[in-house]
Amino acid sequence: MGKKNKIYLLIYGLIIFALPAILQNNYHLMVLNVAALNIVVVIGLTLLMGYAGQISLGHAAFFGLGAYLSAVFTTTYGFPLWPTVIMAMAITGSIAYAIGIPTLKLEGHYLVMATLGFNIIIYIVMIQFDAVTGGPSGFAGIPRLRMGNFAFGSDRQIYYLLWAVSIAVLILSLNLIYSRVGRAMAALSHNEIAARCAGIDTEGYKVKIFVVSAVLASLAGSLYAHYITFISPGTFSFFYSIQVVTMVLVGGMGSLWGSALGAILLTILPEVLHAVKEYNVLIYGLILMVVLVFFPQGLFPGIAGAFANRRTKNPSDSGKQLALAKRA
Amino acid sequence: MMRGAAFQGKQKILETRDLTLHFGGLEALNGLSFSIAPHQIVSVIGPNGAGKTTLLNAITGVYSAHSGDIFFQGTLISRLKPFQITALGINRTFQQAQLFSNMSVLQNVMVGMHPRTSAGFLGGVLHLPGERREEKKIRERAESLLDFFGLLPKADWLPGHLSIAEQKRLEISRAMASEPELLLLDELVAGLNIRETEALGDLIIRLKEKGQTLIVVEHNMHLVMGISDWLIVLHHGSKIGEGRPEDMQKDPKVVEAYLGT
Repeated sequence: MGKKNKIYLLIYGLIIFALPAILQNNYHLMVLNVAALNIVVVIGLTLLMGYAGQISLGHAAFFGLGAYLSAVFTTTYGFPLWPTVIMAMAITGSIAYAIGIPTLKLEGHYLVMATLGFNIIIYIVMIQFDAVTGGPSGFAGIPRLRMGNFAFGSDRQIYYLLWAVSIAVLILSLNLIYSRVGRAMAALSHNEIAARCAGIDTEGYKVKIFVVSAVLASLAGSLYAHYITFISPGTFSFFYSIQVVTMVLVGGMGSLWGSALGAILLTILPEVLHAVKEYNVLIYGLILMVVLVFFPQGLFPGIAGAFANRRTKNPSDSGKQLALAKRA
Repeated sequence: MMRGAAFQGKQKILETRDLTLHFGGLEALNGLSFSIAPHQIVSVIGPNGAGKTTLLNAITGVYSAHSGDIFFQGTLISRLKPFQITALGINRTFQQAQLFSNMSVLQNVMVGMHPRTSAGFLGGVLHLPGERREEKKIRERAESLLDFFGLLPKADWLPGHLSIAEQKRLEISRAMASEPELLLLDELVAGLNIRETEALGDLIIRLKEKGQTLIVVEHNMHLVMGISDWLIVLHHGSKIGEGRPEDMQKDPKVVEAYLGT
């Protein structure tokens, strides 16, 4: 994945590791825990948007499927926790495959419509199928995360588990980007005809990336359910789908680091803005607008590009840096 | 089929039979039949709109023919998808270089090796030893190709910063990375000056001398006459003549349709 990314990872890991020592308030830790899970969803979505050139407005549904499948099978049927999480990922992945096969073969943005519809259907099922899901009042009593005999009780303990998962997903995704498959994905997102003629099965890759991104959302959803121990349909509405797409756009489409930073920023921002009470929505909107106007490629590529331009005068060098920043 | 018996005994790398392709009412290819022998440069010429680029698109599966067949080394390929055809051993360049402008010159060529390599999602995600070995092999082969095409010093550049001539060479090196038996070049020297044209012509001849089979679509008649072993002349989607360049130059039908104008 290159030296630069390893240095970034080291710094990122150290900050994440040290933060709980500074933050004594459990509420702050909880916000960061949610950010860790959002990162997992957003990384999956970045692979899809930045590398397959497709947009999903149904990632809340995949997140919700992970959460509800985990909750129902462990709580109602007494399944063991971790195998259920994996089973939920397999089921969600299969559903994504079934959606992806017909829609991704068509040229154009049919996936947006299909996933949007799917999100609404899943939301209705969560509310109406109350014998199983608990309906609008939600599903309570979900077992807490545990490993062997160790139960993750406090927010602090869970912090380390969720961030370990989140960082692992980031590392594995960075590996993927810098592999044969990652190159093929970057090629197909940039020039589909040339990619096909270069021998890349573009349709097949699009479906696979979509499945991977749904599976990641499912993993995050399962962990969310076992962390909060209570879930209700509101969390998995269409608005969460929009929220994660926004995180990708703010962070920088096609940049895994950008998507991680975008997820952290937009998870923390609303909490910080609670201080300004009724103006919070206004300021949130203003910040989004400023970011998208001044950094149309997203925060991370924008900042990295600005740094690269300052450091070098040679246009080909800055172009090179930009390319590296975009691929990171 | 009126194709000459002269070809029957010859070894064929590519053969089309009654290839027909139309866009609405426009016949882009009209019952086109020809075959070509390996290890030579075959130029497809004809006036604008004769169907030359359409033919390349049909061979590579970008367009599918409405009727007729295309055989590559005896395999029927006219129902396959572009990536399958590339895997069988045909690759191409485009009229305007279609490079991956978000990737470095080296990475462009590395992408080209996709059909000859196998690491999948799991290998990439987990960075398995087999995947690492393959990556090393891909990088080395890509670098040696760039070396052959004189682009190694610019391996880290973005394609957008290359000259048009360098972009064309990069596109050819990317195509060669898939180790094609048959290489199709569309408008090889369009937009190049005389010196660049000659250099690229020499490069194409060197490829042929290494055993490469090439089909070239080209308007520059000086270049075509200089490098081609065989000419196929198209007009309104049909073949109006084929033969050695010096013979075609004298063929009255060809002269009327193209060379004379």
